[in-house]
Amino acid sequence: MSLFWIPLLPMIGTLVPLLSERWGRSICALCTAIAPAIALTMVLAYMPSVLAGQPIQQSIEWIPLIGLELSFHLDGLGLLFSLLILGIGLLIILYARYYLSDQDSMGRFYAYLILFMAAMLGIVLSNNLIQLWAYWELTSISSFLLIGFWSHSSNARKGARMALTVTGAGGLALLAGLLMIGNIVGSYDLHTVLNSGDLIRENPLYPVILVLVLLGAFTKSAQFPFHFWLPHAMAAPTPVSAYLHSATMVKAGIFLLARFYPILAGTEQWFLMVSLTGLATLLLGAYIALFKHDLKGLLAYSTISHLGLITLLLGMDSRLAAVAAIFHVVNHAIFKASLFMAAGIIDHESGSRDMRKLNGLWKYMPYTATLAMVAAASMAGVPLFNGFLSKEMFFTETLDQSALGSLSWMIPVLATIGAMFAVAYSIRFIHDVFFNGEPINLPRTPHEPPRYMKVPVEILVGLCLLVGIFPQFMMGDLLTSASSAVLGGAVPTYSLSIWHGFNLPFVMSLIAMGGGLLIYHNRRSLFRFQAQFPETDAKLVFDDTIKLVIEKAAHFNGWLENGSLQRYMFWMMFMVLALITVPIMNLNTTEGIRPETPLNNVMSAGAALLCICALATVIWHRKRVIALLMLSVVGLIVSISFAIFSAPDLALTQLLVEVATIILLLLALFLLPQRTPKESSPSRIMRDLSISAVIGGVVGTISYAIMTKPLVSISDFFLDNSKTGGGGTNVVNVILVDFRGFDTMGEITVLGIAALGIYKLLAQMHIAMPTSDIDGRSWARDKHPMMLEVISQGLLPLALLVSAFIFLRGHNLPGGGFIAGLITSLALIQQYVAHGVNWMKVRLKVDYQWLIGSGLFIALATGAGSWLFDRPFLTSWFDYFTLPIIGKFELASALLFDLGVYLTVIGATLLILANLGKITTGERPKQTEYE
Amino acid sequence: MEALYALCVGVLTTCGIFLTLRGRTFPVVMGMTMLSYAVNLFLFASGRLTINGPAILGFSVNYADPLPQALVLTAIVIGFAMTAFVVILAMRARADLGDDHVDGRAPDSSETPKNQS
Repeated sequence: MSLFWIPLLPMIGTLVPLLSERWGRSICALCTAIAPAIALTMVLAYMPSVLAGQPIQQSIEWIPLIGLELSFHLDGLGLLFSLLILGIGLLIILYARYYLSDQDSMGRFYAYLILFMAAMLGIVLSNNLIQLWAYWELTSISSFLLIGFWSHSSNARKGARMALTVTGAGGLALLAGLLMIGNIVGSYDLHTVLNSGDLIRENPLYPVILVLVLLGAFTKSAQFPFHFWLPHAMAAPTPVSAYLHSATMVKAGIFLLARFYPILAGTEQWFLMVSLTGLATLLLGAYIALFKHDLKGLLAYSTISHLGLITLLLGMDSRLAAVAAIFHVVNHAIFKASLFMAAGIIDHESGSRDMRKLNGLWKYMPYTATLAMVAAASMAGVPLFNGFLSKEMFFTETLDQSALGSLSWMIPVLATIGAMFAVAYSIRFIHDVFFNGEPINLPRTPHEPPRYMKVPVEILVGLCLLVGIFPQFMMGDLLTSASSAVLGGAVPTYSLSIWHGFNLPFVMSLIAMGGGLLIYHNRRSLFRFQAQFPETDAKLVFDDTIKLVIEKAAHFNGWLENGSLQRYMFWMMFMVLALITVPIMNLNTTEGIRPETPLNNVMSAGAALLCICALATVIWHRKRVIALLMLSVVGLIVSISFAIFSAPDLALTQLLVEVATIILLLLALFLLPQRTPKESSPSRIMRDLSISAVIGGVVGTISYAIMTKPLVSISDFFLDNSKTGGGGTNVVNVILVDFRGFDTMGEITVLGIAALGIYKLLAQMHIAMPTSDIDGRSWARDKHPMMLEVISQGLLPLALLVSAFIFLRGHNLPGGGFIAGLITSLALIQQYVAHGVNWMKVRLKVDYQWLIGSGLFIALATGAGSWLFDRPFLTSWFDYFTLPIIGKFELASALLFDLGVYLTVIGATLLILANLGKITTGERPKQTEYE
Repeated sequence: MEALYALCVGVLTTCGIFLTLRGRTFPVVMGMTMLSYAVNLFLFASGRLTINGPAILGFSVNYADPLPQALVLTAIVIGFAMTAFVVILAMRARADLGDDHVDGRAPDSSETPKNQS
């Protein structure tokens, strides 16, 4: 048996109702109850050891690197809440069986309910902060589904949305707070965190953490000023209200306060924020509850008020108050759940929840009325019922406060006033509904509910009495165990008994009851007074706020993201500049100690030509063909500079790629406009020029700074091992095919992917072919000039021979697969240019995609081949052989790898250029009038 | 020489960035080509400038750094694939959207004053 099963079983049980729905309502309810019942049994089995002071903890690692683990623990607090969640949950399942009508999908309802139950269990059992938060959010989501269960009703949808928005936003604040706690403590393990109270309280960020965590707790527990979502959540089916809004969901916030009591409480900030919020909520809820004509509305505000009371207790500067808070959590859950159920019965059997219509139901449903009266008495705090006990503890604690200084007397007075209203609304709940004349215009004649619908209420009301009369027997151990978990150690001595003598708290209770009666008696004048206030509908205010936020966000988004790529590009460049500029300012001098290479005339001339052509490209960029020619000059000079600065491989590659690029761009230009319209405003040109000039300056400076520093390179390794380890003297090529062969393999893969992507882009392109060039001249009629045809045909074998030579010598002299591949491709492209695509198609029956594939395969197979010899991937092999006539020669596995590179390069280049060429030469439209 | 080399890198970067900031696709493609020249030269120069020292064993005493050369060699080939992809994407965009502006639509005269700063 494992602790994991307790939250896991209901999670799995979510599916049960969906599957068992087809077998009828009772079977469905019964099957649904199985998983929670087993979980409850397990909790009860763990109970003795937890009560004996031995919390149970189990965890498995999940992502240990970032401190995430799946970890559960069951201590006194978790035990108490688990019993509430599972116990009341089972009663709700029974109750909902009779409450839901035939039209409601029972399977869906139960599935949501069980999901919620699993999430709540997850919160109270989690031993990891992040895990706790995930369950926290899951309760928000599942409660959204439950509140909006009757999705055809606009009120249900709006109420659900409001609850999700408020509790979800609080959840985000909570996440921020938990992350900060985790950061300070260095662990997300709850156990470690709870033992680091001083560390957190002494941290300068403590106030921020406190506010964030409190935001999470207060939104969830409907504390003022976030209380407004709870009354609107009453649009949910009553079993949901009875479960979520009395015993579980709203108690999650209280649980959070209790859970973090050892690390966050005990400071001035905690006391002020928590207790004042609680006090305000207590008074506000109790006052408004009296004026609600809707039964569930009254109960909702009464719930808010009681949650305020618990929060106030947790905020008080006394350890006994925390015990009272935990006790009241249980008592409130019991009596409020039964009252909600009673309200649901009344609604179900009479068709109305309006207390102005509901009168004198005693005659029709005396049994239900009796049950409701007991629960209401408990809510009012009448002796012999459980509500009285915790309320009296509460009064005792209020008398003990000194934190408000000389104004501390206000706390007990305000608490008594709140209690008076609580008595008044409790009396109203009973008197207005069950007595006070005859029912007015009810849709149905009220009667007692089905037998089993009353059972859950009976059980809960029975508990009210049992706890009220035998508190120590019923609750003593459980409360001590839970309180010790909250207080993190010793529990102060307290006595749970009905009679503590005729003391001040008892007097306060008497005053509250008397005052409550008086208020209820004079309710009509109070109602008239209250009617003078304009009614504000929280829903409208909330909707307007949301609308405003969305509008502002859309406006901001429209301003920030206006769809202009030019603008994004500019800001990106700007950010690059901003990020580089700061560190480069710290560079005091750019000049290093390395002596400069001497300058000669060729270099100066080349540099001048490069700069002029680069600038000419920019200046003439709107005349595209000319700009392209200028660009090609730049490319040629770049290739020459590689040659000058001892990089023959680079020079060859650059030269060949340059040819391929220019052919490509010329082909593209055929299908793109040949001139660029003049549309940039002068100010934009100035802006772009300045930013690019500044970036250019910065890049040039960095380049200069690098070049003038002495070189510390890892390349000595390559130079030393190239011949002995790789069997080649051309170190660049050995790096490509051997030392860094894996990189090269990635690169030819990218090349192949790009070519295939281009092939797909071209395959479905429908583009209009221009009939003439931009000045109206028609295309040359002689498509394939004979001279070109003859010469290129003659050149082809020569070019192929050169490429084979370059390929074979690549390992020892400048050359290799890349360069040889490019030479072969260009030789073939020349045939395409000279003879046209159709001529080539007949003669060269090679599928270029297949070529890419086989090239990659050869490279991969060469790499994998070394596995056969128990060597790591891509280990190279070489040896020297001697043959007659030829003499000594070398064979290396790297040559095979280079063959893969060679084939891939040919395949990719030709796939791109030949396919593009096919489009431009396909059916070129004729311009007859010029012929 | 290093100063002149750095100047060239700077000029190429400037021209490349200016062209990539243009509104039509073809200048942007040219700008990216220019920018890749600049980047390749920049990376190459991180191995310092050496004359008469190709990294071929037995040819000289003072070898140029072969590592940046190997990096730049593949960068050149991949740069070609990238240029090809971008330019064909530009063609495809013109074919499908009927315009060769980078935003896929010609700037509207009523909107341009707002977008241009």
